[in-house]
Amino acid sequence: MHNLLYLLLRRMRLPLIVVILAYAISIIGLVLIPGMDDQGNPWQMSFFHAFYFVSFMGSTIGFGEIPYPFTDPQRIWTTVAMYLTVISWLYAIGSLFALLKDPAFQRIVAFTKFTRAVKAIREPFYLICGLGDAGHLVIRDLATHNIRSIIIDRDDSKIQLLRLEDLPLVVPGISADVTNTSTLLTAGLLKPECQGVLALTGSDHINMTIAITSKLLAPELPVICRAESHDSQDNIASFGTDYIINPFDSFAKRFAMMFQSPSMYMVYEWMTTIHESPLSDFRVPPRGTWVLCGFGRFGKAVWESLSFKGIQTVIIEADVAKTGAPEGTVEGRGTEAITLYEGGIEQAVGLIAGTDDDANNLSIIMTAQKLNKDLFIVARQNLSTNDTLFAAAGIDIIMQSGRLIGQRVVDLIMTPLLSDFLRMARDQNEEWANVLVSRVIGVLDKPPDSWVMTISQQQTPAILELLNMGCTTTLGGLLTDPRDISTALPCVALYLKHANNKEVLLPGNEIQLQDGDQLLFCGQADAETHMHWSTGNLHALGYICNGYDLPSGSLWRWLDTRKQRRSDNKPDMARDVQE
Amino acid sequence: MNLEKVFFAFFIVLALTLNFGFFLGDLDDPNHHNVYELYAALVVSLIATIMKFGDRAHIGAVLLATSLVADLQLIAAVIVWTLFAHASDAGVTPMIMASIVSLSGGALLANVTSVVILVTETVMFRR
Repeated sequence: MHNLLYLLLRRMRLPLIVVILAYAISIIGLVLIPGMDDQGNPWQMSFFHAFYFVSFMGSTIGFGEIPYPFTDPQRIWTTVAMYLTVISWLYAIGSLFALLKDPAFQRIVAFTKFTRAVKAIREPFYLICGLGDAGHLVIRDLATHNIRSIIIDRDDSKIQLLRLEDLPLVVPGISADVTNTSTLLTAGLLKPECQGVLALTGSDHINMTIAITSKLLAPELPVICRAESHDSQDNIASFGTDYIINPFDSFAKRFAMMFQSPSMYMVYEWMTTIHESPLSDFRVPPRGTWVLCGFGRFGKAVWESLSFKGIQTVIIEADVAKTGAPEGTVEGRGTEAITLYEGGIEQAVGLIAGTDDDANNLSIIMTAQKLNKDLFIVARQNLSTNDTLFAAAGIDIIMQSGRLIGQRVVDLIMTPLLSDFLRMARDQNEEWANVLVSRVIGVLDKPPDSWVMTISQQQTPAILELLNMGCTTTLGGLLTDPRDISTALPCVALYLKHANNKEVLLPGNEIQLQDGDQLLFCGQADAETHMHWSTGNLHALGYICNGYDLPSGSLWRWLDTRKQRRSDNKPDMARDVQE
Repeated sequence: MNLEKVFFAFFIVLALTLNFGFFLGDLDDPNHHNVYELYAALVVSLIATIMKFGDRAHIGAVLLATSLVADLQLIAAVIVWTLFAHASDAGVTPMIMASIVSLSGGALLANVTSVVILVTETVMFRR
């Protein structure tokens, strides 16, 4: 703010001095030149009258010659003064507008606004560096969950576009150099409300710089970093970055999992991506020979994973020498039928179009589909703007790294238990995954949502109240529909973490909930709402656990106690409440 | 020699001298206090204030503050004079003149402070 004011004052120095001088000269002239009053007596203008006259003359309001009509010498002077004051005003106002429109000045204005917005944030927020597809997805998702974020990107036009977007929360953004430490500091790196730093720019080196900066200045802060090459991945990991997301590796591992254990893949997919298609709409990629076009970072990662699972691939790459493609690689881009023939597309079961050019990938796919109709097609989509094209191309799996990274980041932030669950699930076999998949399909027909619940005073006051009374709630109770205790909510408890870090995979209904337990559920979205109803409302929970409504008012509670005492029934909740 | 510094010092000192010239004389005698001198003092004081705009150093901030004080006092004096000369039947009586001159005396003090600061700064930085 101070900066702005000083800049404004400094730049307005000369225009203001010009205005004051113009006024001073005009006024003194009018005061000195003799005039005449209405009776023809000599009359001299006072400073007050002169100032009044010059004020309305200079601003071109022009009330006329007051208080008395001017003499000719006065008129001559007024002619000079008119041009003097009007031009000086125009000059001053012109300089002010020029200054306000000056890009440098506007940058300072934007920076000042941003600094103020960051200072004003009192809620937890995430610091996001890089506004690509991934950054966009993360901001959107966090905003819909009422979590604030602050964004830094080098590109000013992206920040401007963000302002036009219809987000439920205000997202302060600044276009600045992220590698400059002061930018991160201004963006609130050291604020106690900062929950984590997300380095999602397109450059590994910049991401690394961000990670180093935040690990040095705020070691406690979790850092999620995007990395696309193994070198920088190792480098970033070496100084304790909490999560590193390599989109190509992630996809390649997930893709290879489809061959080996489709059910496990499905569990992973359900939990970690947004799906609109029905659960049954899932095609297992066939085993056989695959054609892989493009041997860049993506191609290499997929090739390694597939070779590890023992799947044959034929590589088509335009620049064999530069990419270091293995022997037997067909040289060519794959966009022409001849190279695809050479790669044996007619005998192949699947095609992976993995070049870094969307037009080439689409061309490869369309050519290949003509040559072999039954291909299972995997495509790498580089730009999110090509969504419609890729959707129309009849592709089985689309890999878009921005979306993949964004989804992973959102999962890490929103459902941190998910990575614990997936880590434990990885050690299970395919039969276990089969059982889980059939259980989930048993309760719902569309892809599940997942959510986390912590047994605590804030999140589940009713359970804690019951615990304080000495009554425990079982997981089965929590999974009961509070509107009708004979039905269960359409959801499955996946994972339970006790306060002492003891973990239970797929906890049973008989487990008794303790303070500090963390639970991961998956199921229909409205099940979460109903579950919150029973965990937040003692009566709903009492109904679930005991099968009848607790009396709530003190009179009714007292009457109920008397009734209980009289009939000397079995010990009951109502008495506990009374005590 | 820095031309900017010349202008700067010129206006600050001129503001003081004009102000002093107006202030000089019997406190309540209108004959001793010239309206042109007050006008010149106000204009020069305003220009001196604007000259100090945008100086971020501490001494610049203090100079701006003293200058603003001088402006305020002189504008008050001008308003009092205008009010009683044009909008009151009594006119500029010796009592009113005394209050106008004492207001300009306040401005004089502020201008003296400005010059003292200016001289101190000049002496401290032998450039």
